Amino acid sequence: MRTSTSAAAILLTLALAFVACLGDARLTVERRAGEVVAMRTLAAQLGLTDLALFTEARYTRHPSQADLHSAFQDHPLALEHFPSGSLIVPHHEILDRETTAPD
Amino acid sequence: MKSWIEKQRHLIDFTLSSLLRRRGRNLGLLVVYSLLVFVLASAMLYSHALRREAAVILEGAPEVVLQRLVAGRHDLIPPGYIDKIGQMRGVQDIRGRLWGYYYDSVVKANYTFMVPADGSVAKGALVVGPALARQRGLEANTGVSFRAYSGELRSFIIADVLPQASEIASADLILINEDDFRAFFNYPAGHYTDVALTVANAKEVRNVANKLSKLLPDSRPILREEMQRTYASLFDWREGIMLALLSAAILAFAILAWEKASGLSADEKREIGILKAIGWETGDVIRMKLWEGGLISLTAFLLGFVAAYVHVFKFGAPLFAPVLKGWAVLYPRFDLVPVIDGLQVATLFFFTVFPYMAAVLVPIWRAAVTDPDAVMRS
Amino acid sequence: MIELRDVKKAFNQGQHNEVWALSGISLGIEAKRVTALRGPSGSGKTTLLTLIGCLARPTSGRVTLHGRDISGLPERFLTEIRRKTFGFVFQQFNLVKGLSAIENVMLPAYPTGRPHRELAQRAEALLERLRLAHRRDARAEWLSGGEQQRVAIARALINDPEVLVADEPTANLDTALAKEFMAILESFGAEGRTVILTSHDPLVTESAVVGRLVDMRDGLLVEHHE
Repeated sequence: MRTSTSAAAILLTLALAFVACLGDARLTVERRAGEVVAMRTLAAQLGLTDLALFTEARYTRHPSQADLHSAFQDHPLALEHFPSGSLIVPHHEILDRETTAPD
Repeated sequence: MKSWIEKQRHLIDFTLSSLLRRRGRNLGLLVVYSLLVFVLASAMLYSHALRREAAVILEGAPEVVLQRLVAGRHDLIPPGYIDKIGQMRGVQDIRGRLWGYYYDSVVKANYTFMVPADGSVAKGALVVGPALARQRGLEANTGVSFRAYSGELRSFIIADVLPQASEIASADLILINEDDFRAFFNYPAGHYTDVALTVANAKEVRNVANKLSKLLPDSRPILREEMQRTYASLFDWREGIMLALLSAAILAFAILAWEKASGLSADEKREIGILKAIGWETGDVIRMKLWEGGLISLTAFLLGFVAAYVHVFKFGAPLFAPVLKGWAVLYPRFDLVPVIDGLQVATLFFFTVFPYMAAVLVPIWRAAVTDPDAVMRS
Repeated sequence: MIELRDVKKAFNQGQHNEVWALSGISLGIEAKRVTALRGPSGSGKTTLLTLIGCLARPTSGRVTLHGRDISGLPERFLTEIRRKTFGFVFQQFNLVKGLSAIENVMLPAYPTGRPHRELAQRAEALLERLRLAHRRDARAEWLSGGEQQRVAIARALINDPEVLVADEPTANLDTALAKEFMAILESFGAEGRTVILTSHDPLVTESAVVGRLVDMRDGLLVEHHE
């Protein structure tokens, strides 16, 4: 077989796999639409504001609710204690927010 | 048209034969290239799906959450605050929320205690999150006891476990009755953790927030919009530590690819000279190299992307789990709902395929425009 | 068929190392004959060959092919003419390493877009004719010097050119292989093919196959043997 034919076959297989991924994504979204609704309902009921990804500290458990100093609250020079803290970056708009009151 | 296709096939035949000559080296490059796409695509798919989850949750979040701060620390909302806000125009609904953290020394994990506003949990009962239930071996109608802030052990009956499908948001939750909450934490009567406000008109939210800051200068209003932005930037691909580490890998690959693609060896230069002497045009040489760059980068892209999709959505991203788990004892188990964003895929494609093509083409261009008689003169 | 009129060629023109390889050559080359350019190294015969074979353009003067001036054509057209009209056998053979003999033979035809099957058949016929059919899948670097040259000749013929151009074809061959080459050359002569070659090997230049001998020295023609 010509090398270009084998290359085309390989590429075609990969392209089909790629399309299969897109199809799978669409099907999964449809199949799990119910779960999303359930989650949305629960979140609205409880007024949830954050994902429970990192439970170790309150500024990682509820990054959107934590006051800006909580990562350093024990001491102004305290080092970031939890590794997940480095994954979660406070949005700069919160940091740049113009407030009349101190945060 | 037919001869055009045949010509391209000839060029592909030639470029593949050339690549196969240094089989190990080129396969190695393809593997490293695919791995790079794989990690980038995994990070992209994963963070995108997580952000979608956050977006779903935040759709139901209160428009404004009002906190009180004392010397930079989150403090309780004292009685009277809620009444003051109640008179504000534009605020449709207002309610004090009760929630807090509890460290369970049995499993060495933090829980989030929360009082549901609808009072759906009876006295003496608890509804627990699925990760917590798993960790402590709890199920409906079993008992559990926690040491309260007063020092005494308090027992509860598990009324229900929250559905597994919601685990990403509810892994560590404990829903508790208001009276139990106040008793358990010695929470002063009339105080609340924070205040959730519902604002009827979305355009009014900022106004309400401004008025709240003026009315209660020691408070900090958090808008839903801000929460959404917090999560939009969470795991942002420029900010994640993973990508900081990755940038070293990207750089290494860039050097490798540049060296491989741009460092034209004397042999390759001679080869181009031969091709030109026997009747190939400059354009043919460049087209041939375009095919080389295109085939390698397209293969690497597709291979990397498909592998990343399977990794993230079929196997639950095991490679990222150690990074994301951090020190959390209660790590939620969740199957992310796939989100594939066309623009992001296009961006990934552009940033992985285009530089490689350029690295292949630039030096070839220089070599390919040399005179064809160079071969005779050497 | 090919006419050169007062052709000059300089390398590194305008720089301190400027060299005039050809200093005014007028020459006509007839079709269906074997023409040999003879001269010591540095006489400009290889440079002349590159001009005749459209590999390079003269610094001044004119080259016409079938009455058409080709000295001023842009590279694209020159390549097209070169591919259709000339087949080259280089002194160092210049096969592409790592490719098989048959792939090397087919190489000049790739940009033409002729069907693969047709090309492969023609390449095999050429290899057969040059008694190389058994080596068709051998890589270029595994071939002996004589085999490499025969592959190079087959490669030069794949596009069925009017003119075969060979630069010092026997320089890298021992006597036995050189004689073998002369036999191939004779068969071309008998077919009435146009061949232009450079050589200072008496085995070639004094052979009966060579219909015309052109002597060169210092970038100029010495005299014409008819």
